[in-house]
Amino acid sequence: MDFELSEEHKMIEKMVYDFARNEILPIIKEHDRNGTFPHELLPKMAAQGFLGICLPVKYDGAGMDFISLGILSEGMEWADSSVRETIAVHLGLHALPIFQWGTDEQKDRFLPALAVGEHIGCFGLTEPGAGSDVAAMESRARKEGDHYLVSGEKMWITLSDVADRFLVFAKTQQDAGTRGLTAFLMERGWDGLTTGTIKGKMGVKASNTGWINMDNVPVPESHRLGEEGEGFKIAMSCLDNARYTVAAGAVGLMKFCLEASIDYAKQRVTFGHPIADHQLVKQMIAQMKQRIDLGELQVRRVGWLKNKGVRNTRETSMAKWFCTEAAFATASDAVQVHGAYGFSDEYDVERHLRNSKSAVIYEGTSQIHQLLQADYVLGNRVDKPLRCPMPAYDPDIWQS
Amino acid sequence: MNIIVLMKQTPDTAQLSGTVDGFKLSEYGGPRIVNPWDEYAIETAIQMRETHDGKVTVLCMGKEEAKDALKTALAMGVDEAVLISDPAMEGSDSLATAHILVAAIRKTGDFDILIGGRAAIDGNMSATAVQVAALLDIPQISYVADLIEVNPDAKTIKAVRLLEKARETVTSTLPAMITVVKEINEPRYPSLIGIRKAARAEVPVWNLTDLGLDASEVGMAGSRVTWQVELPTVREAQVEIIEGPPAEAAKKLIDRLLEEKVI
Repeated sequence: MDFELSEEHKMIEKMVYDFARNEILPIIKEHDRNGTFPHELLPKMAAQGFLGICLPVKYDGAGMDFISLGILSEGMEWADSSVRETIAVHLGLHALPIFQWGTDEQKDRFLPALAVGEHIGCFGLTEPGAGSDVAAMESRARKEGDHYLVSGEKMWITLSDVADRFLVFAKTQQDAGTRGLTAFLMERGWDGLTTGTIKGKMGVKASNTGWINMDNVPVPESHRLGEEGEGFKIAMSCLDNARYTVAAGAVGLMKFCLEASIDYAKQRVTFGHPIADHQLVKQMIAQMKQRIDLGELQVRRVGWLKNKGVRNTRETSMAKWFCTEAAFATASDAVQVHGAYGFSDEYDVERHLRNSKSAVIYEGTSQIHQLLQADYVLGNRVDKPLRCPMPAYDPDIWQS
Repeated sequence: MNIIVLMKQTPDTAQLSGTVDGFKLSEYGGPRIVNPWDEYAIETAIQMRETHDGKVTVLCMGKEEAKDALKTALAMGVDEAVLISDPAMEGSDSLATAHILVAAIRKTGDFDILIGGRAAIDGNMSATAVQVAALLDIPQISYVADLIEVNPDAKTIKAVRLLEKARETVTSTLPAMITVVKEINEPRYPSLIGIRKAARAEVPVWNLTDLGLDASEVGMAGSRVTWQVELPTVREAQVEIIEGPPAEAAKKLIDRLLEEKVI
């Protein structure tokens, strides 16, 4: 068993953290304060190959593996959750599902522009009245000749106003529960498709979050992803990708909070000693490190399973549940270590605390993940093989 | 164009942790990085190759761990990277280092230009590049902030030097040695494709024998400069509070300052 990152992964880690330190940190506080999306980062992330990091070179991706995707997510969220969200959604919830479920023609047609950031993708599953309860979805798709007419409203959609491409789910069969869902690929500019931004979020303010409205949007059959009725399976497999980036990102957030807390605890003096000498502060620092170690191990395990092409829904869910809760606790402790200063946006830990709350809600609330985990061990839930499993990572295939 | 970059691996001064005797960096005193100034040299070299074609070779003298820095250079896009390493080289001063680098440059072959950073952040002497140029008997242009023209056919270079209160434009023949400052460009990040290649690359190591040097020419034995480092003595501050009404206190303060020869 080898717990060490490969030389390649270490180099990616350094590059990603350098990028986060030099390109994201200097600008993100203002974007967070103003609630603006850092558009200027996208070309830089694209130039570095981030937007297609684990897509094969054949589709203009960088051809790296799933552990690299985890490292990238970690480094981005070390700086700010919003930037990691861009990776999670564009790559995890849009490009990778096309790679996994798309026909050869769809992959050739859609992936290269996504891999190089020419197109930005998003994912529309959640609705005003349907979050974790996907079957409650109200969006409808009606077949008419060689196309579908899709109507409905999607809510809490990351990148809704930034994206050029939309992976949207709608019911093609009523009263069939989750078996009636179908996935569609839509493009900005199509008749009847409008988007908007939601204001007033508590955190991830530098991320674009909004809605998609579809009013009889005509979608050609060539833009249906997977089979009719396969939408729920596709959506859940998408979450296996994105939840992994969420978990990895949460580890990055924790690492930032720990580093900031160490620096502050060593220089802040109370009662004649740096507060790092006080036992109750030490306790918080130790617990932060414990959560990082536990989270990192889980994230690496999921990356390893993904590389091997082994179904990882349970392990990914566990990592997402643990890491996001751990990040919320760690960010809260970091604010506590910083005292009153931590409560001000002068210090980054305040931003991380607000950001960390969102991740325990999206991509399956912590409560949903606990139900999942219980159902796995109680034998109520068994993952069946998918028609299109995510293939194992093979550098010879990915890089040729 | 044949371009050679002289690079050094240095401690990351932003993350220093352990020191010995309050001065010398301990073996575990924090991570090692590409000397930040040399990143600008590498970027200059890569841009030059992108314009004029040719090859960029990076030479770095150091311990085995300096291969990491060389791999960073490879991941940024240089063509070849060579580690110059031998236990006998340890303790070399800048002149002994220059001798070693010159031997390595000669082994590398013909070159049009040598590029380095303006200094290494550990020694901060800016001496090695000058000595390399002197030993090779080629011109040296320091503090280069801009390259107006590089003409490998005419074998000329026109560069802008950044001085304290002026910018100086100089022309020179090639081959030449230039050292660059951070105003010259923005070093690129290693690309993912570059990282992939670099991780698989074997970095050759040249030792004394490979360079045809004798142990007496390098290391402590080949050095002319010896170091004796003393930390500045810690001055203890004393506070004296002068009491009394402002006018009277001011007069007393002036008397005390005169007495202490402050004014």
